[in-house]
Amino acid sequence: MTIATTGTTTLDRLPIGSQARVTGIDDKTGNADRLMEMGLLVGRPVEVARVAPFGDPIQIKVMGYHLSLRSTVARGIAVEIENASTTS
Amino acid sequence: MIVHSREPLSAQNTQTIALVGNPNSGKTSLFNRLTGQRRKVANYPGVTVDRHVGAVTRDPNTQLIDLPGCYSLVSRSLDEQLARDVLFGWIRNEQTPDGVIVVVDASNLERNLFLATQVIDLGLPTIVACNMIDVVRDRRDQLDTHKLAQQLGVPVIGTDARTGEGLDELHNAIRALDSPTTKAMGHPAKRTPFDKPAQSAFQEMSNVVTSRNLATPSMTDGIARILIAPDSVSDDGDTWNKLSPDDKHAIITARNAIETPVASLVCQRYDTIATIVSAVHIKNSDGRPTATDRIDRVLTHRFWGLTISSTIMGAMFLAVFSGAAPLMDGVEFVVSQLATAARSLLGTGVFADLVVNGVIAGVGNVVVFVPQIAILFFIIAFLEDSGYMARVAFVMDRIMSATGLHGRSFIPLLSSFACAVPAIMAARTIDSRRDRLTTIMVAPLMSCSARLPVYIVIISAVFAGNVWLEAGILFTMYALGLVTALMIAAVLKRTILKGPPATFILELPPYRRPRFTIVCRETWDRTKPFLTQAGTVILAFSVILWALAYYPRANNTSPDNIDTTAQLRQSYIGRLGQTIEPVIKPLGFDWKIGVGLASSFAAREVFVATMGVVHGVGEDADETSVPLREKLLNDKWPDGRRVLTPLVGVSLMVFYVFACQCMSTLAIVKRETNGWRWPTFMFCYMTTLAYVASFVVYQGGQALGLG
Ligand SMILES: Nc1nc2c(ncn2[C@@H]2O[C@H](COP(=O)(O)OP(=O)(O)OP(=O)(O)O)[C@@H](O)[C@H]2O)c(=O)[nH]1
Ligand SMILES: [Mg+2]
Repeated sequence: MTIATTGTTTLDRLPIGSQARVTGIDDKTGNADRLMEMGLLVGRPVEVARVAPFGDPIQIKVMGYHLSLRSTVARGIAVEIENASTTS
Repeated sequence: MIVHSREPLSAQNTQTIALVGNPNSGKTSLFNRLTGQRRKVANYPGVTVDRHVGAVTRDPNTQLIDLPGCYSLVSRSLDEQLARDVLFGWIRNEQTPDGVIVVVDASNLERNLFLATQVIDLGLPTIVACNMIDVVRDRRDQLDTHKLAQQLGVPVIGTDARTGEGLDELHNAIRALDSPTTKAMGHPAKRTPFDKPAQSAFQEMSNVVTSRNLATPSMTDGIARILIAPDSVSDDGDTWNKLSPDDKHAIITARNAIETPVASLVCQRYDTIATIVSAVHIKNSDGRPTATDRIDRVLTHRFWGLTISSTIMGAMFLAVFSGAAPLMDGVEFVVSQLATAARSLLGTGVFADLVVNGVIAGVGNVVVFVPQIAILFFIIAFLEDSGYMARVAFVMDRIMSATGLHGRSFIPLLSSFACAVPAIMAARTIDSRRDRLTTIMVAPLMSCSARLPVYIVIISAVFAGNVWLEAGILFTMYALGLVTALMIAAVLKRTILKGPPATFILELPPYRRPRFTIVCRETWDRTKPFLTQAGTVILAFSVILWALAYYPRANNTSPDNIDTTAQLRQSYIGRLGQTIEPVIKPLGFDWKIGVGLASSFAAREVFVATMGVVHGVGEDADETSVPLREKLLNDKWPDGRRVLTPLVGVSLMVFYVFACQCMSTLAIVKRETNGWRWPTFMFCYMTTLAYVASFVVYQGGQALGLG
């Protein structure tokens, strides 16, 4: 798996700690509506806070709170990296 | 699907106010404060899954309904549906509430206002409680509740449900809801504005709502705004809901016809909210990592995360053993003193035997385990109130995914360590029906607190001496239940409950320092039923079992020289036991254990009471003071071999891990699945599993020369 540091990518590939902005949500897993209701909206900032022991699920920070979701769902969320992480 | 608990809503002269809000926003904490009740509070989303009704202490004419949390009125799981149906007035034979208190987590204002504005749109008289106001203050942020009230058009009160701050204002607001002046003024709330296409979509849905008579006129528009979302109403569902299949069909048809711009609706609502938040909320907190971030860095660490959660579990079982030992010695001492006192007071005879060998040996031997159970509950309550439960779900999700379930199911499974009944209800939070059923089906495999006395009496009889070994074996039994639950879940998800892979979306709340009083209260509230059970079911069973063991009296011996073994053999219970002995002998059990197993179908801990009674009847005073575990060790087969060898002990515990010996569990499964099909299946598979596993352990062990 390649980890992007700039440009557009999907949420599952976003490095821990980098700030990004949502650019699109794809509804393959049927969760887009719920995710939007919970604050994952196009244009909003999002950040990956950490990754669970086996690399899945991931914990993201959105609208100031923490949400965990699987990478299969995160893969459907397109983001644009704004501020690459300095730590990882 | 589920018939919700029928707590009466009293009719006249009372106003009913519903508490709604996002999960974990503090609804139940506020409810408890206002009504004086003690409903369960814990720091993870999805604690409340049923509704609870209570009168406001300071205002007995006002009734509150505590509801499950939801992120949106577009509900996706049963608990969310229940909350929606109460608000919409869709519960059978019930009206819409007279008012609503939206409990908002002020430290997470933006997301919480999503639901709050949806509720305000409904047009019911509404109060917004900005709870967790202390968290906002601690962060040095500022929240202007007056301005927020202006923006929303409803009263807004800052509260801290933990300390009771803001409760006076909340009471005043509740009273004002009912006052004639407020009613005459009408509802000044501001509905969320939407663009033209959205409004015409709402209008079309409103027409359906009106023509099918699904809402009062004032609520029609608000309800239509929810119903146009594709997830809002589905075909399957619940039985509390008064919508007919035709109603649902009409909604779904209309929805399909309207090109619903759901994304745009969500965005428009959040745009309005963003404007409001920027006007009322001043954020001074910098981006520095919070305490929760720092704790999570360790507890959900890639490597340490799992190590830590296993260590916590291990420590829990060690604590149950080592921490409870002195307490247990104390209780045991009291029980034996009681028996001696009763003996000397009552002398000999039938009545004395009933008291000493029936009541005290039965109930006493169960009460001995109260300390262990309390310690277990204390630790679970501590973890639940800290916020760790959601982290366990997060860390375990990957492992759960191998079974086809997701991490969310792990929370009910964990609470099943205490009791399967609330765990089965907690499965309501799982949005997929198949996943929910799978979770329900395997939850009773987790070792509940009623099994604990059985394990401990066996372990402390046959493996006595080494606390590490004892705790290790106990841990193994719990692990066996858990691993089997996961395996059965995997089988169910691949066969009869096959379905698309579940999605896992879970909010991780901030850690909070568990409050000692809450944790103690929770411990007591859960331990109490165990004591009640000891005083009722177990007492009754002890007396019945005693009588069955005492009668008929052997007539070939003189009254003062009764051969207790012979007496027991020819008593009613002895005869019954010997009838079933051939069935259980392959598992290594003698007829006394068999009687214990049979009586466990009333409640598992009755096993211990039965052993106490069966081994006690007809004995003299000196022997009654011997603890039960020693009596068990002294039990012999007719040919002189010991009955309870370590191998038999393990076989017996394995039986208890798997066997479905709980009427309340079967009853709740029937209620939650709406029929006898699933409980029957559960009973059959678990009992078969118990027999086969025990058989394999015992026969295998003997073949290996372990017996
Ligand atoms: N700091 C702080 N904590 C609070 C406050 N109110 C509630 N809590 C804590 O927040 C957690 C959740 O409280 P609950 O009352 O169970 O929340 P709920 O809304 O009923 O949750 P669900 O039933 O899961 O929807 C608990 O740990 C409470 O102790 C508050 O005002 N301030
Ligand atoms: Mg609650």
